[in-house]
Amino acid sequence: MVLKLSILLAALLSITVMVVAQTPATPPTPAAPTGNAETGKKLYLSTGCWQCHGYAGQGGAGIRLSGRLLPLPGFTAYIRKPTNQMPPYTEKVLPGADVAHIYAYLQTLPAAPPPASIPLLK
Amino acid sequence: MASKKAVDRRDFLKGVAVTGAAALVPETAAEATPQAAPAVAPAAGQTSRPAPGPVAVRETDPVAARDELTVERPGGDFMVDVLKALSIEYVAANPGSSFRGIHESILNYGGNQMPEFITCCHEESSVAMAHGYFKVEGRPMAVLCHGTVGLQHASMAIYNAYCDRVPVYLLAGNMLDATHRRPGAEWAHSVQDAAALVRDFTKWDDTPRSLRHFAESAVRAYKLAMTPPMRPVVIVIDGELQEDAISPEVAAELRVPKLALAAPPQGDSGAVAEAARLLVAAQNPVIVADRLARTPAGITRLIELAETLQAAVVDQHGRMNFPTQHPLNQTESSGQVIGNADVILGLELTDFWGTVTAMRDQVHQPTRSRVRPGTRLISISAVDLNTKSNYQDFQRYPEVDIAMAADAEATLPSLIEACRKLLTDDRRRIFQERRVRLEQAHARSREVARAEAAHGWNASPVSTARMVAELGAVIKNEDWSLVSESGNSSGWVFRLWDFDKHYQYLGDAGGAGVGYGAPAAVGAALANKKHGRLSVNIQADGDLLYAPGVLWTAAHHRIPLLSVMHNNRGYHQELMHIQRMANRRQRGITNTSTGSVILDPNVDFAKVAQGLGVYAEGPITNPNDVGPALLRALAVVKKGEPALVDVVTQPR
Repeated sequence: MVLKLSILLAALLSITVMVVAQTPATPPTPAAPTGNAETGKKLYLSTGCWQCHGYAGQGGAGIRLSGRLLPLPGFTAYIRKPTNQMPPYTEKVLPGADVAHIYAYLQTLPAAPPPASIPLLK
Repeated sequence: MASKKAVDRRDFLKGVAVTGAAALVPETAAEATPQAAPAVAPAAGQTSRPAPGPVAVRETDPVAARDELTVERPGGDFMVDVLKALSIEYVAANPGSSFRGIHESILNYGGNQMPEFITCCHEESSVAMAHGYFKVEGRPMAVLCHGTVGLQHASMAIYNAYCDRVPVYLLAGNMLDATHRRPGAEWAHSVQDAAALVRDFTKWDDTPRSLRHFAESAVRAYKLAMTPPMRPVVIVIDGELQEDAISPEVAAELRVPKLALAAPPQGDSGAVAEAARLLVAAQNPVIVADRLARTPAGITRLIELAETLQAAVVDQHGRMNFPTQHPLNQTESSGQVIGNADVILGLELTDFWGTVTAMRDQVHQPTRSRVRPGTRLISISAVDLNTKSNYQDFQRYPEVDIAMAADAEATLPSLIEACRKLLTDDRRRIFQERRVRLEQAHARSREVARAEAAHGWNASPVSTARMVAELGAVIKNEDWSLVSESGNSSGWVFRLWDFDKHYQYLGDAGGAGVGYGAPAAVGAALANKKHGRLSVNIQADGDLLYAPGVLWTAAHHRIPLLSVMHNNRGYHQELMHIQRMANRRQRGITNTSTGSVILDPNVDFAKVAQGLGVYAEGPITNPNDVGPALLRALAVVKKGEPALVDVVTQPR
């Protein structure tokens, strides 16, 4: 039987956070591209980010991205050479400029309301 | 029909005490009671099929005319008596001529009660219904099918039940005597060795040659199926055995053998004592449970063991093993607690290796240990008693320190007792300190879950967290049972709902064979019906498309079931797999959805369900519309009918 989903997700989440936290800080790139959020939204859908992270970046098979982003250099480094289950997005399939667009889109995702403000989550 | 007046059961089995389920299906061997041996009365004027005469016949000879046009006391009636004696409540089937004899006997001789015939539209649905039924009721449900085309349809569902350790009682029709087969389809529906097709993933099978043989094998099959590890069994029922009259000679000897279920095997006392020593001495013991709780007692015993040790519990949800709100439940922190463990007790784990080892699905499938060096591993699993070779559901070989080939639920009482004998005041103090830490971690994880659920709360398509929360609000004051969760909805039910009863969660398909969810839900709902429980099903779209006819079965038999579609419009797991391949090969993923999405056209599941006689609403894309639709559907279900709400959802 496959590893049960909830445990797998918890394991992925904890491992990913741990690994990212231990990744040496990448020096900021002087000419880091500035992304366009609208373009990034289209790329988020066309390149399949939503498949694991959800249309709203809320997470699913992959970790939540909304409201929880590494700095762009670390973000780029991770998707190029992920250390866990995430498939790699190399420069060939996702150029740096596109990464910046996606990153810009992710920054626009609305913050989650406090659970106390949602009757079903109280 | 052979009228009940002419062939009354009481007359047929005169003097026979066909006792009820309680007497015939005892908890343990020690509780077994002898069953009276029935004497079957011969029928007046009854003849059996004549034996071949001594005169040689030529191929050109005309077939001898036989003037028998009616039969009394057919073998199928006795088969029904055996099923009644085994307290088989339902038999699910898509009708087939190879079992027409017993089919008619069930209806007219048996009165369509115990067993009641449940009409299915596909044999895979029949078996999956029996699968779901068992996990609620704790008793097998029978399935009738052709030994050929029926078993082939049923085979995937049988494999699921095999992997999930669920006994399904299969009766496969066949016509062994080639000279008595009708020309045409009956030949295509006949086979030398019907059970061979599924022998790799059933526990036992037989092809009885006589009714006495049938009775013995039927009872033996039931006993073997119900002995851990429980698994499906097959009895091939010959057409002539069902249809021919019972000869007076045979009738005089027919009886239903006594059934005494085998007591589940318990762990060796020395191994139990050593396991207890390790657990009591451990700093961070962790109990991991998968298909542990065969019965409600499994939950009670696991709570008792966990509280004796104040140990963390990780529930892998093969069954409902441990209350989600119990402070020692650390399932949400499983990676952390397993990583910190110095002793891990695995109870009926399907994959102990995968529990303590992580594998990355990258080019070279690298692995790493999830546990610290020196962590001691203890396994209690009944599967060690019965493993086959061909199908590889047994997973990687786990290198454990203590392995008990035993039923974990049956072994827990002695393990608890052994642990208690080793407790000292010092250990109790340490345990209480550990309990406080675990309580705090559990509270944090519940809080984090609520915060995570808020992300994407108002998104469209509807987030799985929102869908689960809306459903939870609708059912929270009911006696509910989540009968299937085929939707891969990110485990939100465990993160947001409170589970504490055995029937509230039934585990998964076992063999990960898609198509299990809908029929298993209907079968489990059938079992819940008489208990007055509200059956709830989170239904994946791809799963329902395998055999949606089971919705008609639910409508036809008035099986109350609230289904909520987790309709992400795709075989999403596979979509992610193709993405992985495309990324690995650096070809981009913009053209990889072909074959994995269910779009163009979108399936209108509400119309599908309505066409099959089920109340349905949807598709719903606005999250604010989910709750009201669920309330309307609940009102229908409370009237005893199935209902379906199609919610268009986020992928996971």
